[in-house]
Amino acid sequence: MKRILRDWLPVLVVFAAGMLLWQFALAPWLGQFLLPTPAQIVKSLHAHWSVLWHAGWFTLQEALGGFAIGCGLGVVAALALARWRRLSSALMPYFIAANAVPIIAFAPIMNDWFGLLNPHAKMAIAAVLCFFPVLVNTTRGLTSVQPEAIELMRSYAASELEIFRRVRMPTALPFIFTGLKVATVLSMIGAIVGEYFGGSIQALGVQIENSVTQFDLPLAWAAIVVASSMGIAFYALIGVVERFTMGWHPSAHGIRE
Amino acid sequence: MPTRAAAERIGTFLAVLGVLWGAWEGWRWIGSHYHLTWPFAVNDTTMPHLHRIIQALFQPAQANGPSLLHVLLNASAFTAKEAVLGFVLGGIGGFAIAVVLMQSRFLERGIIPYVVASQTIPLLAIAPMVIVGLESKFGGTLSAWECVSVLAAYLTFFPVTINALRGLQSADPRAVELMRSYAASRWRILWKLQAPASLPYLFSAFRIAAPLAIVGAIISEPSASIQGGLGGAIVNFNQYYSIEPQELWATNVISALLGIAFFLVIVFAERAIVRRAPEQLA
Amino acid sequence: MSDTPVVELKAVSKQFRGGTVALQGIDLTVEPREFVSLIGPSGCGKSTLLRVIGDLIPPTEGSASVNGKTAGRARRDRDYGIVFQQAVLYDWRTVGKNIELPLEMLNWDRKRRKARVAEMLDLVELGGFEGHHPWQLSGGMQQRVAIARALSFEPALLLMDEPFGALDEMTRERLNSELLRIWAETGSTVVFVTHSIPEAVFLSTRVVVMSARPGRIAEVIDIDLPQPRTSAMREDARFFELVTRVREALIRGGVEV
Repeated sequence: MKRILRDWLPVLVVFAAGMLLWQFALAPWLGQFLLPTPAQIVKSLHAHWSVLWHAGWFTLQEALGGFAIGCGLGVVAALALARWRRLSSALMPYFIAANAVPIIAFAPIMNDWFGLLNPHAKMAIAAVLCFFPVLVNTTRGLTSVQPEAIELMRSYAASELEIFRRVRMPTALPFIFTGLKVATVLSMIGAIVGEYFGGSIQALGVQIENSVTQFDLPLAWAAIVVASSMGIAFYALIGVVERFTMGWHPSAHGIRE
Repeated sequence: MPTRAAAERIGTFLAVLGVLWGAWEGWRWIGSHYHLTWPFAVNDTTMPHLHRIIQALFQPAQANGPSLLHVLLNASAFTAKEAVLGFVLGGIGGFAIAVVLMQSRFLERGIIPYVVASQTIPLLAIAPMVIVGLESKFGGTLSAWECVSVLAAYLTFFPVTINALRGLQSADPRAVELMRSYAASRWRILWKLQAPASLPYLFSAFRIAAPLAIVGAIISEPSASIQGGLGGAIVNFNQYYSIEPQELWATNVISALLGIAFFLVIVFAERAIVRRAPEQLA
Repeated sequence: MSDTPVVELKAVSKQFRGGTVALQGIDLTVEPREFVSLIGPSGCGKSTLLRVIGDLIPPTEGSASVNGKTAGRARRDRDYGIVFQQAVLYDWRTVGKNIELPLEMLNWDRKRRKARVAEMLDLVELGGFEGHHPWQLSGGMQQRVAIARALSFEPALLLMDEPFGALDEMTRERLNSELLRIWAETGSTVVFVTHSIPEAVFLSTRVVVMSARPGRIAEVIDIDLPQPRTSAMREDARFFELVTRVREALIRGGVEV
């Protein structure tokens, strides 16, 4: 019980303090055409709840699709790169380059490839964003195995497959989850930004854009709140899965590494 | 044999480039020959020939204007300027936040989740509002590109904060105790001990943050109605995509190269300053 | 009691890519039930030699045989257990499951495995710790688990690469005595790499002094202290004599002490 208090109290205190600051200092200073108050945002959220919830869910599905594809490819690529090290040093510069292409540069291309209204376009954008962090983290995990751990398996006359299954994968698992957590947030952002360039009216990104152009700032912020919350919820979900599969990790028992 | 290793490196680099080129053109050939529509339709618009993209660089972007390459290089310089300022702002801001968070466990636990949550808000969504806000309050003193830098800082501060926090806390506790026994002030300890200890972590963050600064600048430029940078170029060429797809592709290539250039600057700076094998750190 | 030596090295040499000659012309025979220590300065190749015996590194020249077979065959037949300086316990397995690992790979059934684990933990005096995780144990305890794991499938040969090097002096001396007890109880043969002259003399029946650059055997010294060894012997005159002999052999071999 004490642990729960210790973990959550600071967050809640900061939240409360932040909200008060926002409501009574920041928003009045900037004026309501620049920054609505939390109260106004909540009101708008309430009024447009149905639309926003459905839009959020629609976008989340795109994000999930992209997440699955991007992370899947990332892990597969990492497995290949870890297996064939030469390939790794040869291809890495290209991966870094691909990662340096800003999303708004390839988003229009994806939209063009798959069609503006096709959710596959947004999934592709999300997938591209997820790929690199998962690749980097998984590679790091696969290559961070102690040489003695491998030698030990060799002394048991283990096959390469057994070494992979019993040593490399479990060692890589914490790193993979780190990559996945980063990817959750990026997949949402990818889906939303993709929608900015055109998409179905049901999509959250389109909602945000429309409300900004119509100067309905409380609605825009309400939509942003929905987007952000879903991203955070997705992140937390992966965190729960992590705890579940990796209960053995020292960090799960409150021990700092 | 350093030159031999270098030659091998360049060789593999070119070889992979060749393979990727072949893959692109190969898929393009298969796609147009068999009229594939999955995963996407293959034609001149969706997959222009790679050599046409390179050709486009040396042709005028607009009738009787300078070459596309020239235009893009100028745009890159403009965006780079914004990105550098954004990187500096984000770097200093991120480090400052980490220092503040380090002072109290309570603060750290309370604020970090919001730092993480801040990155779930798409920059593209808040960019217009931030630009309008900055211009209305500081319109006289801030120019448009400086506003873009502030937005670029939004993306850069995050990796810096997270890594700086880890790094500052990584100083040997016994060394900290030693300095305390000398009655060293908190700032002394920070400056002499913890900041240097955080350098490897900081450089790890900078590697991520530098290309991010470019991305942030590019994304924010349209919101600030800036035409002269890469963001403006992208929006521009996006409109003409169905007619001249290779111009958008060429812009993508240049953007990627700019991002890589920033990344390499960090790598070299790290070698010069830290003087340890960067691969071993974080 | 068979006559085949447990380990037989004939003219073993090892040269690494890049030119370093780690070992040159090594001839060594280890009879059953011996306790042989390899001692020498850094770079004398003692760890490399251990790995050649274990078929973890192939020799460039010469032959290595274990139990009358080639080193490779012996590895595949799992004729030896190995212990490193790092305990190399897998974090995602409990202590019990760590010890079970080689038994799993030998396809032992569950009941037999559990029984053996309990037996081994009693042997290293860690009975009851099956359910613990490696990070819950001290360094010394982890090494004991590593030893239990190495002996779990009753190999004839035990290879140890500075297993107590990372521990403090008191723990080290205690584990030395425990290792001798285990050695006597299991009747195995031990090849032990160490940096510590007193440790080598206390534990061994023979001490092999190596010199560096290139790695060669400088001298072999018989340790004629009575068995079983007791801690009191560490203060014997004979003990000091032997320590001095080893030290002088090291100096002759080129070590600056």
